[in-house]
Amino acid sequence: MAINWFKYSAPTTFYGLAGKLIPWFAISAAVLCIVGLYIGFVVAPADAQQGEFYRIIFIHVPSSILSMFLYLIMAAYAAMGLIFNTRLSSMMASAIAPTGALFAFISLWTGALWGKPMWGAWWVWDARLTSELILLFLYLGFISLHASIDDPRRADRAAALLAIVGSVNVPIIYFSVQWWNTLHQGSTIKFTGTSMHIAMQQAMFTMLVACWLYAITVTLMRVRSIILERERHTKWITELAEVKA
Amino acid sequence: MKKLSLFALLVLVVRRDLVLAMRRRADVLTTLIFFVMVVSLFPLGVGPEMDMLRKMAPGVLWVAALLASMLSLGRLFSADYLDGTLEQMLLAPQSLSVLVLGKMVSHWMVSGLPLVLMTPVLGLQFDMSMQAIAVLILGLLLGTPILSMVGAIGAALTLGLRGGGVLLSLLVLPLCIPVLIFGTGAVEAVTSGLSVSSHLSLMGALLVLALAFTPWVTAQALRISME
Repeated sequence: MAINWFKYSAPTTFYGLAGKLIPWFAISAAVLCIVGLYIGFVVAPADAQQGEFYRIIFIHVPSSILSMFLYLIMAAYAAMGLIFNTRLSSMMASAIAPTGALFAFISLWTGALWGKPMWGAWWVWDARLTSELILLFLYLGFISLHASIDDPRRADRAAALLAIVGSVNVPIIYFSVQWWNTLHQGSTIKFTGTSMHIAMQQAMFTMLVACWLYAITVTLMRVRSIILERERHTKWITELAEVKA
Repeated sequence: MKKLSLFALLVLVVRRDLVLAMRRRADVLTTLIFFVMVVSLFPLGVGPEMDMLRKMAPGVLWVAALLASMLSLGRLFSADYLDGTLEQMLLAPQSLSVLVLGKMVSHWMVSGLPLVLMTPVLGLQFDMSMQAIAVLILGLLLGTPILSMVGAIGAALTLGLRGGGVLLSLLVLPLCIPVLIFGTGAVEAVTSGLSVSSHLSLMGALLVLALAFTPWVTAQALRISME
């Protein structure tokens, strides 16, 4: 029997599905996080050039990757909400935004912690750092525009348009920043290690998957809250077991 | 009613907005004075060494122009929104994108062009060379319309919101970073003896891109805000 996937595009059904999925994602995120950190901190050897400091990449690299991907996913959901007028897509977009902003912030923070011992400075106006900072600004713009419009439907649509404009602008910003950087100074210290040790790769990959699962978990939890808040006047919400209790 | 060609419509909107702006000259002057003031504050803040000032002049002028254009963007649609004209424009059979483009053009003529015309004087204050000033002006001529056009999207999205002005800057400033980079990059290139054509070409490309898409996006944003 074919499964009707569109069934889950309604908040009513998705609410229950998300509730069932959350524990699985949460447990696997926790397990993979522990495994990844164990490999990263115990199994993986110290780096020849960077010593123990390099170990911050096990959180830094996954959070950078996620911050960028989540923006695209958020913009895609927002666009779907705008084009097909599906309520759930817009809710997903606004549920993803805080997690994306969090990962962008973690990426900047851990980057600074790594930069101090390696480059001798907390902050370098490197192309990647700068574009990550701008990405954080874009997230904050999306969140604050959504927060300042009282009508949730108008907020969804306005923020969606902003996210789409932002995602068109992201490559332009990225390349212009890169070019600006190469104009000002030669390339800063690059990650010049020879091919990575296998344990390092395993740890980084495990942590990446763990971060993905964490992002999915919290997004689903947040979207459930958003559904509860926005649909609070409907009958099916009042009939939910957890609401009645 | 006779049918207007798109160009005639554009001219009509631009003329209307310019007349309205001329009736309120104080608004135009405020933006210009803000620009001059911000630029003049920098030497007071960082010290009067000419070498340093010459080096930072393009950046200071560009950032000040960016901030000044943010200041005036709030007024782009708000007056028409408050007196109901904007609603009539949305209902009009003519293309909303063209109406919006007209408003962008007049906004630039009122708030961008004066800044460009003021730049040579400020450039001399910062001891810039004639060549550098010329490139700076060329960059501003290409870049300030982009600021008006991208800013219009933000102005349309934040229409009628509380705290709209600050929010507008938060939304628009990150999107304007490429303009800032190419504008200051061109001056930097000419002072270090390199060709400016790549920077200015890219700025021109951004201008064309903005000209093609922002009126339509702004029109969509207006429809969202007004529904």
